[in-house]
Amino acid sequence: MSNTAVSNSTVSNSNDSSSTHSESYASSNADNASAVQESNNEKLASYEAQVLDEINETHQLAFITSDNLRIPTLKILQADGVEFEDAMAVHLNKDTALRSFKTMQYIRILDDRMVAAQRQGRLSFYITCTGEEAAVVGSAAALKPTDMIMGQYREQAALRYRGFTTEQFMGQLLGNEMDLGKGRQMPVHYGSKELHYMTISSPLATQIPQAAGYAYGQKLAGKGECTLCYFGEGAASEGDFHAGLNMAAVQKTPVIFVCRNNGYAISTPTDEQYKGDGIASRGVGYGIKTIRVDGNDLLAVYSATVEAREFAVSNNEPVLIECMTYRLGGHSTSDDPSGYRGKDEEHEWQKKDPIHRFKHWLLNKNWWSEEDDTLLLEEYRTEVLAVLKKIEKMPLQPLRTLITDVYKHPTSQLEAQFDELEEHLRHYPEHYPASAGRV
Amino acid sequence: MTTMNLLQAVNNALDLAMAENDSVICFGEDIGHFGGVFRATSSLQEKYGKDRCFNTPITEQGIAGFAIGLAAQGSVPVAEIQFADYIFPAFDQIVNEAAKFRYRSGDQFNVAGLTIRTPYGGGIAGALYHSQSPEAYFCHTPGLKVVMPSTPYQAKGLLMAAINDPNPVIFFEPKRLYRAAKGEVPEPGYEIPLGVAEVVRSGSDITLLGWGAQMEYLIEAADKVQQEGISCEVIDLCTLLPWDIETVEASVNKTGRLLISHEAPRTGGFAGEISATIQERCFLALESPIARVTGLDTPFPLAYEKEYMPGTLKIYDAIKRSLSF
Repeated sequence: MSNTAVSNSTVSNSNDSSSTHSESYASSNADNASAVQESNNEKLASYEAQVLDEINETHQLAFITSDNLRIPTLKILQADGVEFEDAMAVHLNKDTALRSFKTMQYIRILDDRMVAAQRQGRLSFYITCTGEEAAVVGSAAALKPTDMIMGQYREQAALRYRGFTTEQFMGQLLGNEMDLGKGRQMPVHYGSKELHYMTISSPLATQIPQAAGYAYGQKLAGKGECTLCYFGEGAASEGDFHAGLNMAAVQKTPVIFVCRNNGYAISTPTDEQYKGDGIASRGVGYGIKTIRVDGNDLLAVYSATVEAREFAVSNNEPVLIECMTYRLGGHSTSDDPSGYRGKDEEHEWQKKDPIHRFKHWLLNKNWWSEEDDTLLLEEYRTEVLAVLKKIEKMPLQPLRTLITDVYKHPTSQLEAQFDELEEHLRHYPEHYPASAGRV
Repeated sequence: MTTMNLLQAVNNALDLAMAENDSVICFGEDIGHFGGVFRATSSLQEKYGKDRCFNTPITEQGIAGFAIGLAAQGSVPVAEIQFADYIFPAFDQIVNEAAKFRYRSGDQFNVAGLTIRTPYGGGIAGALYHSQSPEAYFCHTPGLKVVMPSTPYQAKGLLMAAINDPNPVIFFEPKRLYRAAKGEVPEPGYEIPLGVAEVVRSGSDITLLGWGAQMEYLIEAADKVQQEGISCEVIDLCTLLPWDIETVEASVNKTGRLLISHEAPRTGGFAGEISATIQERCFLALESPIARVTGLDTPFPLAYEKEYMPGTLKIYDAIKRSLSF
């Protein structure tokens, strides 16, 4: 594969010839697209330029391959947290930088502790964001708080960035009285109307055409808001991805699509998921302004999303950002990556840890110190464990939440079924420990 | 009052809903300037602009997903799926997303404004892929409402109610009757409540139950047996989910017999659900087995469409069998 940036299952994501340290959008714009390929093959380049210029005529037979459009990867920070010498100027203020950093640290702690809690049998299931914190926080930090976020399920860091509390996390994970979702979904299916974070659903990619529709409504409302939609490179194989991107482009909607290309869909590596130049190349095909960034570089993700948001809202057009990153943990607590990938590969990616990288940038700027860091981590560890202990003692939601919210008002049939159920539960409480004493 | 066909009634309901509420937005394949392949959305783009009435790419899952997102945002989308036969790419969005939106979020989010309209049914030489009646698939999904009008008056009143209902509604329009069914329709807007069946004709010997395009055949059969002194009570279910059990139950308790007819294949059809419920509730009142007059368990045919259809004569025969049981 000519662009190793997309073949991150081979651990060679970062240091390739096609990275760029200054912002460069690949788009369907003929000038940009043909400029990229001049360096390749002149004959093909001029052919493609003709196609893109809609002259669409040639007298020589020539096929186009994905090599003709090599999409570079924007990188600003090196692995040691020092900016590349020729990197574009970054406009990230201290408050946003620290809030982003603290969010990443919080999520790393939360994820570690919740995996441990799952191993202890205190949670049924968990999914970590480990390794992908910068891709999520960097993009979420570039939004207005009233912009809608529609996630896949690995973006708890965006929710935290907006202020989701430890109590709210625990409530959802335990599905009890504290759960905004009323105990109806598996752990990590968070949602918060207050924080403009759409409730997660398990089916993959369904949020993509929904994000287009939501953003269309935002466009008509005219408040200058947009929708940011997360998904993985695996979900991008679903029909809904293609339906959603096409509709977003055709219907001119202010939506930012953020693909977390983290190398694996459960056990399936990217080279068994797609053959083209990653997910970014598809954006170009749909006529969507597109950029690929190093997803472990918070400055690159943030800068790209700030530009994307400005463009999306000013022009009512979608943007696609492909974040090249790596899922450092398993798919979920039900998964064991040792069955499909080597430790060496994981170690290589641990060296590119997004939190480590950003921390050193902050240290170099004197916005943060090792002491601050030690204190912060300790505070988060204590808080997470204390709140888990507190919330796990809380009772379940009332039994009636079994039938409410199916419709705005329960149907008479459903009421009758519930009466029948209650009658049954009253007879056999010892067989239904969850509802015993609540009927 | 003015005379309209069923298509004009649908168009009129959309027109009034769009005039009444700026948040009502119509979209689907070919529904813009062209007005839809059946012309249900005629002149709406001219009246309300391209932002509120527009063509989409050919992507049913995209249309449904887009509509769900738009409804979640607070708008009132009325999406058209060109033929009910093509609704299946949208099945996941409808069943896993729209139907569960309120429940899974603990009522933080909903798709209250969502309506999906789609023409269904045979009798137009449409064969396998322009004739299906897929209502039963959706009736198996808590969270949805499923509505099927049979007359212009119902089409307008039920569609306006569907658009204003705070739950997602799938609205199946009987395309065979689009131009064939004509009737008096009030000019101002009005709603017919969802979940309420209409007793079309009162009778004493047997209850005939159906919805949508089958109502025409049921009424013809009732007329035919009336000449032989058999009195039929004819009920139009109108809404299949949730369905009006009480009205059907009361009728069967009175007549002692029930015949249910739908165009869809028999096995797994909605008549099975109704039969089960009615035998639970009316066991001692029943004087004969509940009769089902339905399509065959085949794909929808072409050359032998009339043979497949649960038409007037088949219903007539079934009534006679029930009465002589």
